[in-house]
Amino acid sequence: MSRRYDSRTTIFSPEGRLYQVEYALEAISHAGTALGILAQDGIVLAAERKVTSKLLEQDTSAEKLYILNDNMICAVAGMTADANILINYARQAAQRYLLTYNEDIPCEQLVRRLCDLKQGYTQHGGLRPFGVSFIYAGWDPQRQFQLYQSNPSGNYGGWKATSVGANNASAQSLLKQDYKEEYDLKEACGLAVKVLSKTMDSTKLSSEKIEFATVGRTKNGKIYHHLWGADEIDALLKEHGLAKAEDTEMSET
Amino acid sequence: MPSIFRTRVQRAAFHRDHHRQSLLDIYRISSSTSDSRAQTIDDTPADLILTALTPSTPTSSSPSPHSSRLYSSSTEVLLGITGKDFTIVAASKAAMRGATILKASDDKTRALNSHSLMAFSGEAGDTIQFAEYIQANIQLYSMRNAMDLSPSATANFVRGELARALRSRKPYTVNLLLGGYDQITDKPSLYWIDYLASLAPLPYAAHGYAQYYCLSILDKHHHPDITFEQGMKILRMCTDELKRRLPVDFKGVLVKVITKDGIREEEYADDHSVACP
Repeated sequence: MSRRYDSRTTIFSPEGRLYQVEYALEAISHAGTALGILAQDGIVLAAERKVTSKLLEQDTSAEKLYILNDNMICAVAGMTADANILINYARQAAQRYLLTYNEDIPCEQLVRRLCDLKQGYTQHGGLRPFGVSFIYAGWDPQRQFQLYQSNPSGNYGGWKATSVGANNASAQSLLKQDYKEEYDLKEACGLAVKVLSKTMDSTKLSSEKIEFATVGRTKNGKIYHHLWGADEIDALLKEHGLAKAEDTEMSET
Repeated sequence: MPSIFRTRVQRAAFHRDHHRQSLLDIYRISSSTSDSRAQTIDDTPADLILTALTPSTPTSSSPSPHSSRLYSSSTEVLLGITGKDFTIVAASKAAMRGATILKASDDKTRALNSHSLMAFSGEAGDTIQFAEYIQANIQLYSMRNAMDLSPSATANFVRGELARALRSRKPYTVNLLLGGYDQITDKPSLYWIDYLASLAPLPYAAHGYAQYYCLSILDKHHHPDITFEQGMKILRMCTDELKRRLPVDFKGVLVKVITKDGIREEEYADDHSVACP
């Protein structure tokens, strides 16, 4: 009987729910954690990498963090293949806006474009919804630094600090506890690794297990985004005493 | 085609007699018969004279869409001046059709949103059609996104639309000045756009024959930090010079000012006579 309302995304169940959308949300809650923290002078995104193997080419495969345009990046939780489609769409939308207005697309508009597409797959039948949640970090002249989150239903919202993926409830409550509005980017990075270390299965982190990115402002006022390299992540982890000890690294994997 | 031309003249004459009637009808008629452009040029002596005055663009014998129907827009005056915290846009009040003035209180401007104003000259039907198309699109943007498009984004959008139309079967022959005030950077702005979709951000600008008379005055007296009063003084010098030297009466100018508070019309007396040596 329960199959009756499962097979199509666009059919409401008698309780008024869309099961396929809820299953998509469920799938995301098993994906690696991603979180974003808004600071005074920038934003940090951090994500847990699930696929780690010694054989994997580390530096060529960014798994969870992507650049959308010159002043926006995003973190992904869920099916990476689905995310690729949406990211490609977002990049195209951003470039089209740049072409028509000679100005970067305002962050919220780009988020809304993506969410409109996601929403479409919960209403126009036949296909499954996108199994991805995003955290977006960006800057625009109207509203400065901004952090957004969206999910497969096509809902989105602006946040000061947020997380998606596995253990996102505990990550969220940790952020709620420790977040301070006056944090600068450096302090926000510290909070990000602290929260990740508590929500991830292994207590000792390494650059293989996490991805890191920041949006900020250079000394001369230009906005930059930066996907961190392995050495930068390791340096941050060491600074906060969360780095894996050198000798145990080999035996564990 | 002559039959269309005859009806156009008859109907235009009808409206001239009832000059309280909105000019819009005439715009509609002229745009609906605009395919007969090539013929109408030959039929109007006044047009011919003015065409000869226009710096000629290389034209073929076929009725090329932008072959130089801009002669009447050359006698239309569009002026723009920016200063410390304002942009002044002035547009002549005469609505002309060939050698005839149809109206002496024409408004050649449209407010696009609360802080940007577009002034236009050119082919009678095209100007209003294009301006209102742009106006509608800019207002749609404001409604959809709960924020106004910045003057620079507006200018680039307008340029894009003009460039797209230019490469279509029927381009718009419209020259534009776009005055605005950027609320984020707190700076006034002025953009000069012509019918070939050139875009230039400028501190002061003019379209048509007004360029030849006014740019030298503006070169000499303009400064980026001028106050509004100084700006109006320079505008007065410009319009006086136009009155003195332009061979047609453009019936004075309508002056609009864009500041951080929005767009307003500025009282501008132009009934005094200017002595010519």
